[in-house]
Amino acid sequence: MAKKASNVSSRASALLNWFDDRLPVTAFWNNVMTGYMAPKNFNFWYYMGSLALLVLVIQIFSGILLAMHYKPSALEAFASVEYIMRDVDWGWLIRYMHTTGASFFFILIYLHMFRSLLYGSHKAPRELLWVFGMFIYVALMAEAFLGYILPWGQMSYWGAQVIINLFGAIPKIGEPLTQWIRGDYFISDATLNRFFALHVIAVPLALLGLVLLHLVALRENGSNNPDGIEIKKNKDADGKPLDGIPFHPYYTVKDIFGVGMFLILFCFVLFLWPEAGGLFLEHDNFIPADPLVTPQHIKPVWYFTPFYAILKAVPDKLLGVLTMGASVAILFFLPWLDRSPVKSIRYKGLWYKVLLTLFTIAFIRLGLLGMAEGTPAQTIEMRVWTLVYFMFFVLLFFMSPRGKTKPEPDRVTH
Amino acid sequence: MSSDDVNKGRRRFLVATTTVVGGIGVGFAAVPFIKSWMPSARAQAIGVPVEVNVAKLKAGQLLKVQWRGQTIGVLHRTDAMVAGLSKTDDSLSDPESLKAEQPEYIHGEPRALKPEFLVLNMHCTHLGCIPQMIPEVGPQPFDENWNGGFYCPCHKSKFDLSGRVYKGVPAPNNLRIPPYSFLDEHTLIIGVSPKGAV
Repeated sequence: MAKKASNVSSRASALLNWFDDRLPVTAFWNNVMTGYMAPKNFNFWYYMGSLALLVLVIQIFSGILLAMHYKPSALEAFASVEYIMRDVDWGWLIRYMHTTGASFFFILIYLHMFRSLLYGSHKAPRELLWVFGMFIYVALMAEAFLGYILPWGQMSYWGAQVIINLFGAIPKIGEPLTQWIRGDYFISDATLNRFFALHVIAVPLALLGLVLLHLVALRENGSNNPDGIEIKKNKDADGKPLDGIPFHPYYTVKDIFGVGMFLILFCFVLFLWPEAGGLFLEHDNFIPADPLVTPQHIKPVWYFTPFYAILKAVPDKLLGVLTMGASVAILFFLPWLDRSPVKSIRYKGLWYKVLLTLFTIAFIRLGLLGMAEGTPAQTIEMRVWTLVYFMFFVLLFFMSPRGKTKPEPDRVTH
Repeated sequence: MSSDDVNKGRRRFLVATTTVVGGIGVGFAAVPFIKSWMPSARAQAIGVPVEVNVAKLKAGQLLKVQWRGQTIGVLHRTDAMVAGLSKTDDSLSDPESLKAEQPEYIHGEPRALKPEFLVLNMHCTHLGCIPQMIPEVGPQPFDENWNGGFYCPCHKSKFDLSGRVYKGVPAPNNLRIPPYSFLDEHTLIIGVSPKGAV
């Protein structure tokens, strides 16, 4: 028996050798998995990246299946989505996977970005990692917007109307630019058809490329950690970081646990609460697109509402669009705005805790106000929180070099 | 060939000229692909004038039709509506419609060929939503001194019953007025100016 088993394993290793001579399978595995030393003090916040990758896979998988039944034409789109929901075997499951996945993608990405604000993961030498991440975030917003028009409901139509007309605010070239985007003088079949092409091919390809760059940049310097200190500073005789543990098996096992917990939550929403009370799937989108009637209360899906509130807060078309654009663009510069000598919030002074708390409240309040009806009092509140949102970056730039810090430890704490 | 013999200036020149010529080539080659996104010939052809019969439109009623993919509203204004127009002048940002997109033959407060029939491009000049008509005079959640008009659900822009924009709202301009004329007493044609007018 024992002889037989060793025979099998020697054959398997021979096969692996055959591959290794032609493709660096083992070398790659050692390089990015078993040989990659990650800090040993990861906490809850370090689940988000791998979970976002999981959701990306869910979206691609469910998206391919949806594209097999969906018709990207103004006449058929709405009916084909209902067809998927009612007549295609398990079609409802595949569609709800895709819609639930979209919202969860943003939940994870927002938490993932917040982790960076907590522990300074965007700071040197990981600036590019953050910038690639921001490009992923922007591509994701484009992907979500393009996908949202496809069901061709009232919210699809009027949401697209508003977003495309944002480009119309640009002086001189604005109007022709919106025509170029729409391919017509109004949102029509031509618009739907090209958005479908962008949603299923162009943006996902860009997204995959960006994710690859994000991961390569991550492996180059290794993950940051809750203490925000470099584990490569303390190495043992073999040159391995004292505070590092191999990514595989330690963190693959941790991430698999995270996947399990995440899927419980994901399935709960998917099976029991897919509309999430109108947050994930808006009620007005169950009405076919009607170019003659704007829904009474128009708002984007929840993950865009903070920026939508910033747009609404400014009583001028061009300035509003520019302010909203700036609210996303400024995030790209975060690595250079945060000039603090320490990375982690654990060793930054009270000033940073106050700033970050205010920023977080501003972002959430803007999100809620972006969904609201918009009374004059709410408009004033939106202006206040918009100011707080931008002041976070301004104050961060000026306070971070001077702000109080505590001494960083030599080794990670846990 | 030893590297001492390399003429670096010539190499730089060759690299630079190749880059420039190649770049121009890429620019020209991109034109068809960018142009393919413009409205197609078919989309351009669907732009014929639309006739609207207003004989059955009662005073106070709004009729919406489509012209070139845009929603056009025809509002049969009551005498009280026309008379009330001047009340809001102070809170409007362009009461004379000097900046407004409207034909030469449209002027004054009523902004119409016949004051009782207002013809408007219904799309908000902010981001293209369609404002709702709220003709009732009296306090509204969005305005305590509402004098009747149009209210945009998207970004809270307000317009009076001539489509003139209020101050302090996101919309930069009065609602647009398309070219139109009367074929006879009760028939409007949208997309055709009156004879002799520009």
